[in-house]
Amino acid sequence: MNKAKALLNWVDERFPLTANWKSHLSEYYAPKNFNFWYFFGSLALLILVMQIVTGILLTMHYKPDAGQAFASVEYIMRDVPWGWLIRYMHSTGASMFFIVIYLHMFRGLIYGSYRKPRELLWLFGMLIYLCLMAEAFFGYLLPWGQMSYWGAQVIVNLFGAVPFIGPDLSLWIRGDYVVSDATLNRFFAFHVIAVPLVLLGLVVAHLLALHEVGSNNPDGIEIKKKKDPKTGIPLDGIAFHPYYIVKDIVGVVVFLMVFSAIVFFAPEMGGYFLEHNNFVPADPLKTPLHIAPVWYFTPFYSILRAVPPLFNSQFPGVMAMGLSTMIFFLLPWLDRGAVKSIRYRGPIYKSALALFVIAFLILGYLGTEPTNVWGQFGSWLGGADRATVVARIFTIIYFLFFLLMPWYTKIDKTKPEPERVTL
Amino acid sequence: MADSNVDRGKRRFLVAATSVMGGVAGVATAVPFVLSMTPSARARAAGAPVEVDISRVEPGMMITVEWRGKPVWIVRRTPEMLASLKKVDAEVADPDSRVKQQPDYARNEARSIKPEYLVLVGICTHLGCSPSQKLAAGTDEGMGSDWPGGFFCPCHGSKFDLAGRVFKGVPAPINLEVPPYAYLSDARLIIGSDSKGA
Repeated sequence: MNKAKALLNWVDERFPLTANWKSHLSEYYAPKNFNFWYFFGSLALLILVMQIVTGILLTMHYKPDAGQAFASVEYIMRDVPWGWLIRYMHSTGASMFFIVIYLHMFRGLIYGSYRKPRELLWLFGMLIYLCLMAEAFFGYLLPWGQMSYWGAQVIVNLFGAVPFIGPDLSLWIRGDYVVSDATLNRFFAFHVIAVPLVLLGLVVAHLLALHEVGSNNPDGIEIKKKKDPKTGIPLDGIAFHPYYIVKDIVGVVVFLMVFSAIVFFAPEMGGYFLEHNNFVPADPLKTPLHIAPVWYFTPFYSILRAVPPLFNSQFPGVMAMGLSTMIFFLLPWLDRGAVKSIRYRGPIYKSALALFVIAFLILGYLGTEPTNVWGQFGSWLGGADRATVVARIFTIIYFLFFLLMPWYTKIDKTKPEPERVTL
Repeated sequence: MADSNVDRGKRRFLVAATSVMGGVAGVATAVPFVLSMTPSARARAAGAPVEVDISRVEPGMMITVEWRGKPVWIVRRTPEMLASLKKVDAEVADPDSRVKQQPDYARNEARSIKPEYLVLVGICTHLGCSPSQKLAAGTDEGMGSDWPGGFFCPCHGSKFDLAGRVFKGVPAPINLEVPPYAYLSDARLIIGSDSKGA
C-alpha cells in the first residue's frame, strides 16, 4: 500500500470520501441516451460558481451606500485592475444563468422530467428558480442607476397591492417611505449572503433528490426497471464519471466560447443585459421615460401590465403575475399524460407546448417595449393599445396551457414507450 | 432500562411544554429581528413638512419639490386648464374624488385649496413610478390629438388629468394623492402639514 492510498484510507475511516465519490460520481448511473438538452444542469452549476467567485471579488470594491454606490461601480469599471472584466462576467453571468435555467426547465417540460417519481426534484428546482429571481432583483438595485431604482420601486410596490397588509409590508421591505439608502443596504445583505445561502442549500437538495431517483432521459422511461441481474446496474446506465463528466466538459467549452464573446464584445447586449438607462445615476424625482425590467422578468411583467385593475385595486394584476410563476409548481400534478417524453406524446400536447413557448416569447418581447409599441387600434376597439390586447390574448393562452393540461394530456393520443432507451 | 417504569403521560407533557416554550422564545426573538427592518428613527424624522415659495411659478408651469423623498408637484393652472377638467368628467374613473386620496379640504372639482394651484404627490398609484408631465393639450407633447393635458406614466401607460384624476381603462386604479398642505401666505406653501403653526 503506497502513501497516497494510506492517506485515503485514513480519511475514509473518518469521513465517507470514497463512498460519496462512488455514490455521486463513479457509480452514479445515468441513462446513456442523454442529448443536447442535458448540458444545462451542469452549466447552471458552473455559472453559480462563477457568480459566487466574481461576486466576492466585486464586494471588495463596491460600496452599498446610496451616495457612493453608483460611483463605486464606475470605479470598479475604470480603476480596479481587471474590474471591468469581473463586473461584466457577473452581469453577463446573471443573464446567462436565466438562459441556461430556462433551457433546463424547457428540457423538463419536453421530457416530462417533473413526473413521478421526480416531483420533489422539480419542486426544489422551482424553489431555486424563485431564489434566482430574488437574487437577480436584489442585485439589480446595487448599481443604483435609474433602472435599478425605478425597477425596485415598482417591484416593492407590487407587495403594496396586497390587500390590508400591503402598505405596511412594502414599507417594511423598503425600510423607508421610498426606495432609499436603507433599501440599498438591506438589498445588498440579501444579495450577497441571505439568498445565496438558501440557494446553495437548495442546490444540494436538488442534487440529492436527483441522485435518489436517478435522471430522466429523452425517452421518459425508467432505466432502473431493467437491471443487470448480476451487478444490479441499470442496463441502459453509464457511470457519471468519467462518461458524463467528459460530455459536460464539451458543453462547458462551447458555453465559455459564447460567454466570452458576450463579455468581450457585447456585454450590454444592446440594452438587454445592461439597460442603457442604468448608466444614469438614480434620481428619485424623475422616472425614465421607458422603464422595463431586465429581459428575464419580462414575460411576467407583460402579464402584470395586461391585467386591468378591478375593484379600484391593481392586486389582480399582481396576483396574475405571481400565479404565472407559481403555477409551474403544480406541473407534476397537472400532467395526466400516459407517457412522459414528447417523443411519444400526441399532437395535442405538442401543439399546446409550442403555443406556450410562443406565448412566453411574445410576452417576453412585449415586456421589453412600451405598451404603445404597435400603435393603437381604431375607435372600433376603443383605441386600445394593440400590444396590450395581444398581451392579454397571450396571457390567457399562457394560463390555459396549465389549466387545461389535466384534460388535454389525458385525451391526447400517445404512442407506446419503448422497453429500452433509444439512441 | 426498563420501559415499565416510564410515566409516558408525564414525558409527553414535558416534551410538549418544552417545545411550546421554545417556540414562544423563538417567536419573541423574531420580533426585534423583524422590527429592525422597519423605518429607522432617522428615516421617520426625514418625513418632516417642507416649505415652498410659489411666487415665481408662471401660469401653466410646474415645479417639483421633495417631501419624504417623494416628488411633490405644484402646478399653476391657467383658466383653460381648469376648464379642461369639466370636459373630461366622463372619461375619468373617479370624477368626484370619492376615494380618499386627498384631505377633505381638497375634495372639490379642482382637487385643491385654491383652484389655481394644484399640489400632488408625483407618484403613480399603480406601482410607484413618477409620471411625466404632459401639461399641454393635444399632440404637442407626443400624446393623441384628444389629449386634454395632464400626466402620463411611462411605466405602464396610466393617464391622469390636470387635477390628478385617473382616466378609465389604465392600470392605475385610483387618483393621484394630494398631500396635506396649507398656505402660510399667498406665496408660501407648507407641504406635509395642515396647520400653519406646525
